[in-house]
Amino acid sequence: MLRCGYALFWLLESVLLICVVSSVKGEAVVTREGSNITGIPIISFKWHHVETPYLVAFWVLVSFLGKLVIEANHHVTSVIPESALLICFGFILGGMIWAADKVQTFRLTPTVFFFYLLPQVILDAGYHMPNKLFFTNLGGILVHAVIGTCWNAASLGLSLWGCQMGGAMGDLDIGLLQYLLFGSLMAAVDPVAVIAVFEQVHVNDVLFIMVFGESLLNDGVTVVLFNVFDAFVSLGGPKIDAAEIIKGIVSFFVVAFGGSLVGLVFGLLISLLTRCTKNIQIIEPGFIFVLGYLSYLTAEMLSLSAILSIVFCGMCCQKYINANMDENSVQTVRYAMKAFANGSETIIFVFLGISAIDKVIWVWNTGFILLTLLFVLVYRFIGVFFLTWILNRYRLVPLEFVDQVIMSYGGLRGAVAYGLAVMLDENKIKEKNLMVCTTLIVVYFTVILQGITMKPLVMWLKVKRAAVTEVSLLEKLTNKMFNHTLVAIEDISGQIGHNYMRSKWKYFEENWMSWILMKPSARKKQDQVFDVFHQLNLKDAMEYVTEGERRGSLEFVRNENSIIDFKKKSESESFDINNANMSNDHGAIRDPIPSVSLEMHEQIMKAVREAEAINAHHLLDQHLYKSRKQHRHRFSRSHFDINRDEKEVQEIFQRTMRNRMKSFTSAKMGVKPPKTIVKHTQKEQQQKPMKILSRSFLGSEGDSASGYDQSYMRATYRAGAGIENPAFMPDLDPMDLLQIPPWLGESELDSSMVALSHRAQVDLPRTPSNLRRLAPLRISTRSTASFTLENIPDTQHACVFPQNCN
Amino acid sequence: MGSRASRLLREEEIEEIKKETGFSHSQITRLYSRFTSLDKGENGTLSREDFQRIPELAINPLGDRIINAFFPEGYFVLVIFREDQVNFRGFMRTLAHFRPIEDNEKNKNPATEPLNSRTNKLLFAFRLYDLDRDDKISRDELLQVLRMMVGVNISDEQLGSIADRTIQEADTNGDSCISFNEFIKVLEKVDVEQKMSIRFLH
Repeated sequence: MLRCGYALFWLLESVLLICVVSSVKGEAVVTREGSNITGIPIISFKWHHVETPYLVAFWVLVSFLGKLVIEANHHVTSVIPESALLICFGFILGGMIWAADKVQTFRLTPTVFFFYLLPQVILDAGYHMPNKLFFTNLGGILVHAVIGTCWNAASLGLSLWGCQMGGAMGDLDIGLLQYLLFGSLMAAVDPVAVIAVFEQVHVNDVLFIMVFGESLLNDGVTVVLFNVFDAFVSLGGPKIDAAEIIKGIVSFFVVAFGGSLVGLVFGLLISLLTRCTKNIQIIEPGFIFVLGYLSYLTAEMLSLSAILSIVFCGMCCQKYINANMDENSVQTVRYAMKAFANGSETIIFVFLGISAIDKVIWVWNTGFILLTLLFVLVYRFIGVFFLTWILNRYRLVPLEFVDQVIMSYGGLRGAVAYGLAVMLDENKIKEKNLMVCTTLIVVYFTVILQGITMKPLVMWLKVKRAAVTEVSLLEKLTNKMFNHTLVAIEDISGQIGHNYMRSKWKYFEENWMSWILMKPSARKKQDQVFDVFHQLNLKDAMEYVTEGERRGSLEFVRNENSIIDFKKKSESESFDINNANMSNDHGAIRDPIPSVSLEMHEQIMKAVREAEAINAHHLLDQHLYKSRKQHRHRFSRSHFDINRDEKEVQEIFQRTMRNRMKSFTSAKMGVKPPKTIVKHTQKEQQQKPMKILSRSFLGSEGDSASGYDQSYMRATYRAGAGIENPAFMPDLDPMDLLQIPPWLGESELDSSMVALSHRAQVDLPRTPSNLRRLAPLRISTRSTASFTLENIPDTQHACVFPQNCN
Repeated sequence: MGSRASRLLREEEIEEIKKETGFSHSQITRLYSRFTSLDKGENGTLSREDFQRIPELAINPLGDRIINAFFPEGYFVLVIFREDQVNFRGFMRTLAHFRPIEDNEKNKNPATEPLNSRTNKLLFAFRLYDLDRDDKISRDELLQVLRMMVGVNISDEQLGSIADRTIQEADTNGDSCISFNEFIKVLEKVDVEQKMSIRFLH
């Protein structure tokens, strides 16, 4: 608190200083021009020298200080979104400047906004866009962006015109075309505002991407509509005929696709560049920003959609940049982008607030303003619900009612609308100030009011829809199970994600684009990453087994419940408390308490049971894995690692692989008869790294399980075939002995995998040394396994890792 | 898209499957092309490995169990084992459980319930718990499922107590196992029709 006190104080001081300075400005000019140097000045006040950069830097500083003050208290920001608070801060500042200067010297000008503040926000959005999610929902997003925006624009313009005709707005000099123009600039949902508000309201993936994607893509429509209607207004009514209208429609396609194309070209350029920048790693990040900005400007120059351009630039190059650049550079890019974007956003909102305090633009027309507000809201709801109704008939996972409400309510207008409004030509449009004023009010309304009420609305709706009755544990568990099951069946039946187009694209992308755009080392690394993942997995499994060995018994192994133990990380505190509680309670019960009456005892038992019940519910709630259908918070302007998912996914993945290994190897030694060898070529034995999981995990289902079945060849060694001395085993290729689980597509041997098991061999207490020497590459030596076979015919791990049992 | 199929689907087969499962003609052909794209060995059946090759299943906690559910069971000398291959019929039969329930199917004779009836959906879910098919979910089976669905930060004792509590809440006849009827009773308020249904693409 003390700190923000100081900050505020400093702030006030600075603002006063600026007012003083601006009044000094006037005098300084005069004296400078006319003076002759009478003596050498020791110090002189050179305001003009530094005026522009000083002011820029100063305003940036002030905005950031404002953010500092706002973020000091989390309680406030959880109720009121940061953007609203920044606008209010802008009001205060505007008021101060107004009071000092009697005229608003600082305003958010379109040039500054569109050229210096907006690009980095959008670049950040494009760069961090979840591509897969985006393209999966692209249809819906496009429908909302194009048709929704057109509907908003048309309906707003026409209704307002109708109301004027009806006389609800008094005497205004606005024609139908101007109304349509106004409608088109009001129609666009603003990406900056959307991100700012949705950051707090955690919505699920699909909903977020729909609103966010819409807000980005509708720029194409907005630009076209604005330019077309602007041209129409200039031409005047009578000159508009079918030809012009057709030209308008054509221009939409040209602008939209042209913009995207420009973005794509620049994205490819960036990717190609990063391929060769190994020697200048220190300024690698610079390329991204510069080229991104250039794509924006190029599109703007060609009168195409600049936002679309920079979005696609960011989306296109994400993957290749992350692959090609050094780890540090990647981090730098991410961080710098977030910093710029966040900073720009802050400045935008502060200036939106400041711009309000300006007498020049305030023209109040109650009817116009109120009607605009009303129509904007109502038509948004109508548009979204109608379009979603249509979309749901073609969607696999229909958007629910709650989601639709959130989508409609989340259609916030922001600085883009304001920027466009200020760009209107006042000679053509007499009521420009009214429009600017109305735009500002709508922006404030949506950002502040809707921003504040969004979260409570969502909570209220969700609570209303959720069953109030108490849910039993089994029901909870089974509900979760339903989720997981549905997701699995969707994946199996290829409903989501498997698509003719998608697999074609993947093929094209992997074989052509990656070749051109990624560094060869990066391509290999991609596979290696998964190799490491897999090796970790194996390593875990082997540690697990050696653990069991050391403990001397295989109860450890057989007992499924203790599977996870060795993976257990250090316990969290709550965990400890829970444990402590439970053990305490148990202790209380178990200890003999002869002095306590039976009643008390009963109560204690009941309390314990209830505590257990609450604990159980609570634990289950906390720890159940989330399924794909659930709410996941993915995109954040200010935070990096918000994905707990990755850890969960990793856990599930490792567990699944472990289980599969076990069941696979048990199958080998178990009942099943050997399978037929599918494809087995000699040369595959010699190949090097195992591209194991990379392929299957990355989903290229085009790989055939080639050599795996050769391991089946040896399946004829049956249990209890007797102890076989490995020294006398026929000299098998290491390949053959390697149990490669079939789902690991390729049959290649990973030398490091071999090495690992060698280490494992070394670790094991009883492996006779001559064994080691004889067959350093004999991992899953069936031979040694056979020692154990008699004892544990059905044990899973036996044949994978060489060991002895007592 | 079915051009990769080594065996085309015959009309009579489509009709039979349609009658048995209730899928429409176009859905069946679409699912058949999916079936063939999964079938790497191109022998008209899917093995477990074919399923395991779907990467998303590896990160699904219940992935392997659901794969299991596709494989029909057989009896062989008092030992229940599962076959390793599933043909297209079996594939569709399992998928049929997830068809949404349509109104005109609701009033069927309970004896010949369609595969996607509420009871059959619940039976499918029940069987995901009950591996040994004794029509009872024992504590161990429940523990196994819990372990699969829960993160690594829960200790076994806690899990055990959750399992105990779960059985306690659901068990009405005191045999410390959950029978199918008890299972149905617990879930009677749940909208199973919606939660266990996917809208298959046409």
